[in-house]
Amino acid sequence: MDRIPILKMGPFLLVTIQVDMHDQLAMTLQEDLAEKIVSSHARAVLIDISALDMVDSFMGRMLGTIASTSRILDAETVVVGMRPAVAITLVELGISLPGVRTALNVEKGMDLLRASVNGAERAQ
Amino acid sequence: MDAISKLPLILERDGAQLLKTWMAEVSAATRGRLNDDALTEPARELLNALPLALQKGDLEEIQGPHWERVREVLTELSRTQTQQGLTATEVATLVFSIKRPLFEALEQEIGKDAAALAKEIWNATLLVDRLGLFTTEVALKAREEVISRQQTEMLELSTPVVKLWEGILALPLIGTLDSERTQVVMESLLQEIVRSGAAIAIIDITGVPTVDTLVAQHLLKTVAAARLMGAECIISGIRPQIASTIVHLGVNLGDVATKATLADAFAVALRRSDLAVVRSAPARNEQG
Repeated sequence: MDRIPILKMGPFLLVTIQVDMHDQLAMTLQEDLAEKIVSSHARAVLIDISALDMVDSFMGRMLGTIASTSRILDAETVVVGMRPAVAITLVELGISLPGVRTALNVEKGMDLLRASVNGAERAQ
Repeated sequence: MDAISKLPLILERDGAQLLKTWMAEVSAATRGRLNDDALTEPARELLNALPLALQKGDLEEIQGPHWERVREVLTELSRTQTQQGLTATEVATLVFSIKRPLFEALEQEIGKDAAALAKEIWNATLLVDRLGLFTTEVALKAREEVISRQQTEMLELSTPVVKLWEGILALPLIGTLDSERTQVVMESLLQEIVRSGAAIAIIDITGVPTVDTLVAQHLLKTVAAARLMGAECIISGIRPQIASTIVHLGVNLGDVATKATLADAFAVALRRSDLAVVRSAPARNEQG
């Protein structure tokens, strides 16, 4: 069965969605990601959706669910590279992904995560 | 229409004479405002095209295939004349002025038979009326095209996205925001965010005359979409009346940053980008 690879980069997990997202794939990703966060002690998850050009309400909700799950497991989520058309669709669907951090591209997303993880460490 | 109508025959045989009297009629009706030379040619073509259309096509069916040449001539006539500043009424009057010459020709042809004459005149009236109405229609259609073209142009002109600084965009909105315009604004803003990689966008609504719940909702949608792409939005240029309207309407702008002026918003944007504007060293005026 298809799976979306989850890459570990230091304290971050990197997910790049390169294929058409269907519902089963999204469900699998959610489960895999939760397990991987626990097993790898990841502090943050970066989801790159720059190749995604179609979303439905299910996908929008799934992104929200992934973010909430990660937060409970003490990992932040950043969604990066959303296309304009996708953003407009999600907004029109009434999904504004509250609580999910966003960045324009992977580089900026990494900066964001690094800053926030460093900040959190310093605070502790 | 009667098959034995004499209209095509008269038009064909007395075309030249008709044209002459028609043009005289036109220049009398418009007090010489119309240029005869420019008119004569299309008028002759119309008179030439009519008999064929009348013989083959049905008078009731001016949209039919046989009337195509007639329609072409009329469209061209209407277009050129409206371009020269004639109103739709004047162009229609132009066509209607053929009535008198045509009726006179019919009278000469038919003579004393009142019933036949009445019938022919009725047919001729029907024909001329349709032609006149057709020119009006063409003129109206041309106007509508102009209006819709201007609308699209206005839409394009009114949504510029300007770059204020590296990573800071501004979107000065002018005029009323409706759904269609919001869509265009949103698209151009998001595209510009992708293109320039800006992290902050300032939406300036100084030029938006009124903000009601719908406009506020549109603004919030734009802000939400930009946020999803990873750019922050600041709304600026909120006038005092608009601020109180927003509060009275109970619109919740949520956690969107709002500022009174574009300058304030720009200052915030600079701070968030870890930039600062500082006064340069004072110029040395003492020597002068």
